[in-house]
Amino acid sequence: MKLVEVKDLSVTIGKTTVLDHLSFTVEEGDVIAIIGPNGAGKTMLLRTLLGTVPYEGKITWHKVPIIGYVPQKFHFDHTFPLTVEELFLMKKGGPSFWLPADDLRSDIKKALSHTEVENLAQRKIGDLSSGQMQRVFIAYGLFGSPELLLFDEPTAGIDIGAEMNVYSLLKEIAQELNLTMLLVSHELSVVYTYAKKVICLNKTIACFGEPKKVLTPEQLQSLYGVGADFYHHDH
Amino acid sequence: MSVGVGVSLLGTFIILRRMALVGDALSHVALPGIALASIYKFNPFIGAVALLLFAVLAITFLERHSSLPIDALVGVFFTASLGIGALLSPSAESLLEALFGDIRDLNIIDAEIAVVVGVLVVVATLILFRDFTHLTLSRELAHSEGVAVERTELIFLFLLAIMIAIGIRIIGTLLIGALVIIPASVAKNISVSLRGMAVISVIVGIVTVVAGSAIAASFQLVPGPVITVVAATFFLLSLLVRRS
Repeated sequence: MKLVEVKDLSVTIGKTTVLDHLSFTVEEGDVIAIIGPNGAGKTMLLRTLLGTVPYEGKITWHKVPIIGYVPQKFHFDHTFPLTVEELFLMKKGGPSFWLPADDLRSDIKKALSHTEVENLAQRKIGDLSSGQMQRVFIAYGLFGSPELLLFDEPTAGIDIGAEMNVYSLLKEIAQELNLTMLLVSHELSVVYTYAKKVICLNKTIACFGEPKKVLTPEQLQSLYGVGADFYHHDH
Repeated sequence: MSVGVGVSLLGTFIILRRMALVGDALSHVALPGIALASIYKFNPFIGAVALLLFAVLAITFLERHSSLPIDALVGVFFTASLGIGALLSPSAESLLEALFGDIRDLNIIDAEIAVVVGVLVVVATLILFRDFTHLTLSRELAHSEGVAVERTELIFLFLLAIMIAIGIRIIGTLLIGALVIIPASVAKNISVSLRGMAVISVIVGIVTVVAGSAIAASFQLVPGPVITVVAATFFLLSLLVRRS
């Protein structure tokens, strides 16, 4: 079942075209990786789907999903006295923000335990290291029963061992709950291992389809320039 | 006291958004409205609110359609309004009166307006606390959480404008500025969570108003400056608590 159809989507910032006539369809349950060189418009595509950027063209949502979003970098005032638990409580709204029930607090701890940061619940978000912050945000993206996950390089700043655990977790959760996921990643191994489909982006869509079929050495060289290559081994 | 609660609660977000002096600057935007009220003999509160709302709408529009930050836009409106207000004001005395109200001049209608506005600001801020927090933390995250960012921003500025209008006419620009900025700053110094900051800000707001009014009454002083000095004392104490 279709979740969202994107047709002739273009985004222009000032006089620069950042996204140029993109068309693609996302089905429910899709795990789609978005790859491309720096400045290809990957983050802008996620932000456009979030509705934070003016665009031309058409984005048709067949169902308005609950979105779990993890930005690549989260810019905020580090003196903001918000605790990790309060960040999660903000998803719920209402009186539970002021007086959270024990069940809700344990749900938050459980969500944090996915990325092994349940001990940070009472810490201020401004006091966290960038790696801790990223783990907290992955847990935040998964909290509150989202139907669509938009993850912009979610493991940036996380050490390599933990990175694969995060991707395994995301794949497991996406499959278990039939979530749809759009994931920006620079790691082609991640794309092959975890994504059903891939969008190769360089302002326009250079390729779209199953990674094994569309990510040819020629395609990668044209996307990233001469020298880029990747050997995929079937196991 | 209801104004104290309202402004100190809203002040939490004003401090976190680094808009402490925006409120002060906005208060001058009301001057042409007050001057027109004085010329055409209508209630200055209406003139102030009308001009502040116009400015808030214009600033929100320009913020979306220009690359200027909100404090620069407020600065443009502030200086232009001060100039227009000074030209329109019948006398220098009425200009000063417009800028520095006095809580002792409060009549029953003004007092009722202050109470109602204070309660409305508290209720609106509590209802929109989550949205205001999202907006302050990150507009992008707010969007992803379904917060109507532009509308929430407008409501926030609207509440700020109403509060300033009350401040100008009823309790004085100085006092309203102090109550917006100081209790929230005290709370930020000593709190370990956002909820803690909001609660401490309101408590400091209430204690400041009550203690300041009592001291002023005992020594037959003007309440506004005394309340401001009491608030500043709390701020100094909060710095000591923070250091320890």
